[in-house]
Amino acid sequence: MTHAAVRPTPASPTPPGGHLLEVRDLHIEFRTGEGVAKVINGVSYHLDAGETLAVLGESGSGKSVTAQAIMGILDTPPAVIRSGEIRYQGRDLLTLPEEQRRQVRGKEIAIIFQDALSALNPTFPVGWQIGETLRQREGMSRADARARVVELMDLVRIPGAAGRLGDYPHQFSGGMRQRVMIAMALAMNPKVLIADEPTTALDVTVQAQIMDLLADLRRDLDMAMILITHDLGVVAGVADRIAVMYAGRIVEHADVRSLYRAPAHPYTKGLLESIPRLDVRGQALSTIRGLPPNLMRIPSGCPFHPRCPYAQQVCVDVVPHDLVLDDGRTSACHFAQEVRDDSAR
Amino acid sequence: MTAPANPAKVRGETILAVDNVVKHFPITRGVLLQRQVGAVKAVDGVSFELRRGETLGIVGESGCGKSTLARLLMRLETPTAGRAVLEGRDLFAAKGGELRRLRRNMQMVMQDPYTSLNPRMTVGDIIGEPFEIHPDAAPKGSKQKRVRELLDVVGLNPEHINRYPHQFSGGQRQRIGIARALALRPEIIVCDEPVSALDVSIQAQVINLLEQLQDEFGLSYIFIAHDLSVVRHISDRVAVMYLGRIVEIGTENEIYERATHPYTQALLSAVPVPDPDARENRNMIRLTGDVPSPADPPSGCHFRTRCWKAQEICATQDPATVPRAADPHPSACHFAELRPVA
Repeated sequence: MTHAAVRPTPASPTPPGGHLLEVRDLHIEFRTGEGVAKVINGVSYHLDAGETLAVLGESGSGKSVTAQAIMGILDTPPAVIRSGEIRYQGRDLLTLPEEQRRQVRGKEIAIIFQDALSALNPTFPVGWQIGETLRQREGMSRADARARVVELMDLVRIPGAAGRLGDYPHQFSGGMRQRVMIAMALAMNPKVLIADEPTTALDVTVQAQIMDLLADLRRDLDMAMILITHDLGVVAGVADRIAVMYAGRIVEHADVRSLYRAPAHPYTKGLLESIPRLDVRGQALSTIRGLPPNLMRIPSGCPFHPRCPYAQQVCVDVVPHDLVLDDGRTSACHFAQEVRDDSAR
Repeated sequence: MTAPANPAKVRGETILAVDNVVKHFPITRGVLLQRQVGAVKAVDGVSFELRRGETLGIVGESGCGKSTLARLLMRLETPTAGRAVLEGRDLFAAKGGELRRLRRNMQMVMQDPYTSLNPRMTVGDIIGEPFEIHPDAAPKGSKQKRVRELLDVVGLNPEHINRYPHQFSGGQRQRIGIARALALRPEIIVCDEPVSALDVSIQAQVINLLEQLQDEFGLSYIFIAHDLSVVRHISDRVAVMYLGRIVEIGTENEIYERATHPYTQALLSAVPVPDPDARENRNMIRLTGDVPSPADPPSGCHFRTRCWKAQEICATQDPATVPRAADPHPSACHFAELRPVA
């Protein structure tokens, strides 16, 4: 670990004027009857205009909670934001009065969810639902809103848009419903689109269509995107950078290529080795032993140490900081360099 | 646990032969005088053979009928037509004692480990329940002892026999479901999306367990899943379903390396590969539109509405799932051909 310096913040230079969106040392806990679950434990990441950041993690890793905190849609209680900042264009969203926060939510930063069927209201036509923000917040007339809705539905490639304004969500297939959700999110021309597991509920052929659509829209509308997913395959296709989360922390943060070529955190390495691959034959599946931690009793030191093949006494005693490797990525592992060298072999 | 259930039986021989099974769910109208106005053709003439000791993967998108097929094989649904021959008997015609005896030989692992275990029963009761239903297959001595053995076999702590499902994680619950399926020493296990509800790091553990159990007990698996990578990993042979039919069936290598059906080719090219470099070299086929409703499937070839090769003949003539000139494994396409290497 000779050429690895200890620095608290991830790499990649800050553009003049600061990052578009920046999460700084966020801590969130859920206070429940059974105890306090430490869901987010010092998450920092940033997003610049025009790029796609993937946030990867398994259930309970905190990837969606972070997104909900950015949107300001966390249920508080039980959630409590202990500390940290969420800066959008320099302003800390967490300290903004609700009235100004509303101006950011939806208009500047929009979100699409995994389950379009439950995110849409079954009792209103989709055209009305897409146009709702336009009428409420832009004060558009019904006719204007209607025209814009048709435009949006065309944009997300819903065939015969004008004829489907009056259809209800149940009349759309899963893929089309996800397109409706995307159209809704785009209504206010957001600069940041957060896609929270946008294709998890969809079949592969439809998933491919939606991911293509999101990539095209991101480019054409010059948005920045945060893609939240558990699927290492989906990420590989669209993301520029990737942040891997485990037990409410970012354990590795790198550009997509270096991460897939040679992961520098044992958890990332374990994940990549444990997925069966379509393009690799006769591969033995290695496993990550054990289970993700209970967030009410996160292990001491490095939270991954009980499952980690590299674990030593130092991992039990000392919480690892983000190590910045020579190629600019960060890994929260005492043995980051060693892990990467092993992976590269 | 003891040696394989029937060591005398030959690996590779046909253990289950499914012939032209059909399941149509009626669509009815009217409250008092219900009349049938149509049918959802969930499974529409499926034939395949399962060989002893092999894993037959069945892949397809939602609505293709793969889960209905599993339920038919378990006799949880009554088929509209067709035969399934197990141990020389037609599973679909069997009744009473005979059906019970056949069912003992074929068990199921369900997708959702959260809803497929009764929350009010202890793990011991859940795994031991098959013995109540099939008393003649129950162990002679202590049932508890056998349940502990089963827990051990699937990698759970036998001391946890009195715990309840909620005290276990998703992966552990799936192990409980597997132990329950093993209780009666079946020869065939139907796995309906057994790892889809699990996190990636846990999936591999369960897949490895299934493979290890297969080696140990000579089990045959019907492995139903939508994840093509998982299916490739575990299967010896693979059947691809689309709108109630098998459109292509062959060895793992034939399907993944030499697919001749356009749907299989499109499906394979849509799978996201976790490698940013490989992606750019891949020649993607993008299907447009969605799967048509199984209540009103297209005439002729069911896939023709989304197929870039579709011609006149595809609308009029139903392509049979037979060996094609392009490659000698069965494929249901008039224009079956290998994909040119990009």
